[in-house]
Amino acid sequence: MRLEKREAPSAAMLWVAPLLAAATSVVLTGLLFTALRVNPFAALRLLYLAPLASANGVAELALKMTPLLLCALGIAIGVRANVWNIGAEGQFTMGAVAGGGIALALGPAGGWYVLPLVLAAGIAGGMAWAAIPAALRIGANAHEILTTLMLNYVAQDILSWLVHGPWRDPQGFNFPQSRTFADAATLPTLWGTRLTPIFFVAMLAAPCAWLLLQHTTAGYRLRVAGLAPAAARYAGFSARGTVWLSLLIAGGLAGLAGIAEVAGPIGQLMPTISPGYGYAAIIVAFLGRLEPFGIVVASALMALLYLGADGLQMHLQLPLSLTGTLQGMLLFLLLAADVLVANRVVWRRAPAAAHAPGSMR
Amino acid sequence: MAEAVLILSIVVATLRAATPLLLAGLGELVAERSGVLNLGVEGMMLMGAAAGFAVRALSGSAALGLLAAILAGIAMAALFALLTLRLLANQVATGLALTIFGIGLSALTGLPWAGVPAPGLAATIWPGLAHAPPALQQVLLLDPLVWIAFAGVFAVDWFLRRSRAGLALRAVGESAEVAHALGTSVLRIRLAAVLFGGAMAGLAGADLSLAYTPMWAENMTAGRGWIALALVVFATWKPWRLAAGALLFGFVTIAQFQAEAFGLSLSPDLLSTLPYLATIVVLVLISRDATRLRLAAPAALGKPFRPTD
Repeated sequence: MRLEKREAPSAAMLWVAPLLAAATSVVLTGLLFTALRVNPFAALRLLYLAPLASANGVAELALKMTPLLLCALGIAIGVRANVWNIGAEGQFTMGAVAGGGIALALGPAGGWYVLPLVLAAGIAGGMAWAAIPAALRIGANAHEILTTLMLNYVAQDILSWLVHGPWRDPQGFNFPQSRTFADAATLPTLWGTRLTPIFFVAMLAAPCAWLLLQHTTAGYRLRVAGLAPAAARYAGFSARGTVWLSLLIAGGLAGLAGIAEVAGPIGQLMPTISPGYGYAAIIVAFLGRLEPFGIVVASALMALLYLGADGLQMHLQLPLSLTGTLQGMLLFLLLAADVLVANRVVWRRAPAAAHAPGSMR
Repeated sequence: MAEAVLILSIVVATLRAATPLLLAGLGELVAERSGVLNLGVEGMMLMGAAAGFAVRALSGSAALGLLAAILAGIAMAALFALLTLRLLANQVATGLALTIFGIGLSALTGLPWAGVPAPGLAATIWPGLAHAPPALQQVLLLDPLVWIAFAGVFAVDWFLRRSRAGLALRAVGESAEVAHALGTSVLRIRLAAVLFGGAMAGLAGADLSLAYTPMWAENMTAGRGWIALALVVFATWKPWRLAAGALLFGFVTIAQFQAEAFGLSLSPDLLSTLPYLATIVVLVLISRDATRLRLAAPAALGKPFRPTD
């Protein structure tokens, strides 16, 4: 068996590959369940179907989708421009810290202006955190993969420090968590579920990202910078602009995701506010082919994986760390399946008789 | 005398904190010199840490634990090699996948051993450690992995600069096409380099779970794999500079714990940001001179090679 490069990438394979990866992942997941000594069919049903069995389950899915979708859109815009932002987790955290800080500072103050202020601070917090790697890349040529990643750890430490120290709830029995946010600083919920309107903002962000990438000059420059950096330079497109734009958008989206979590289902600041959404969003971005609409579908799938893992823990006592294993496996399978986009498999037959000694050519 | 012991203890603590960074960094340095960028160091380290701890707990043998850690690292690296070398997948994305997968799988497989206390490697080798005089105790704390890490600097430096295989490896990392045209087996050399990187990352993980903080906890590497990656850049791909960088970071790491002794009362959360901030600072310092960095980097780093026959 041998790989032969296609003349042009296969358009069909571009979308068949993720389906192939998802299908293989279901089979491997079943095998993993067997290895963990649980009935694979019951477990697969709990993982993929049970979460969708009720209207409330669907609302929970949309709720989990929101941060994944927001973060993944930002990551995808970056990767399309060859800017590797691994820092969504940190930008998410700093969005929650900045917005949460405003919510705590305003205290019980009411008024229509509180929530917009809190959300804006969240977006600004994420953008500010993403501005650091952008400035370091532009000013000092420091590669964003490592700087964004390091800043994830720093952001987590800052959050942990705040809720253990200055922002700890004085009436909280010494638990490391802030006061709960006032009603005016909390997102409204819909239809008696925990879903907040930010889900629709995220769903709207996808077509906006598509418009930006496909139908604006700025998006065109981003894509050229990613596909052909040399061409972008010759065309006089500013590399600075590309880095700043993609990182600020990503930071703003991740910051919004962060504040939407703490001003939504969580309702306060605590040491752990994300089960790794920022990292899972990297997988979502790739699974969605770095295309906004693909990412919507991929974020739903990833959200299902999170919800399903919760169910597995509840009903079969399986560890939550299963989620990370399944996520990593899915990305591996996708990367392997992606080979078929650029290559075709050639089954080479045994050397032909023409090469036999003594034969005429 | 007390002061001498204090200074000795700081030196020993620095060496011990530098060891996992140095082990993982040396492995990644060799892989990168062959032209392969493996961002999965963190994941390989975690698998090594979990496998090493589990096998030591099951077998009672630290040596078997170390062996298991090396094999776990190699297995993870083989997965990376299959995808990037054989199937020509994007190295950056595959490395990230390896890290995410390693974090999850190590948490899953290590679960039964989370929080189980275990004696450190030095205490296993020297049962009388706790009763030794303070100065001797410090010296004995330098377990074999510390020595292996620093001897590894000599070995890797010699290998890269003086051996035929090292020359071939560097040639592959500078230009796979030219090396291929000269009859060098590019993929075989890259595979060996990637697997070596996995073995060293696995060993680095075991150093954490068996020697440095003898226990297993989910995500216990806390970004050390990424810091090791940054140190390879900081070292401009040279083993000796890597050792210097690892020592510097070892010192920064223990400075967290020493700060309190010197009357500096900062929150432990803020102090724990030090290594991460220091990583950013050294990256900025080394990257500022873009031309120098580009000249020092292996020219084929991150570029896939498709053999033509």
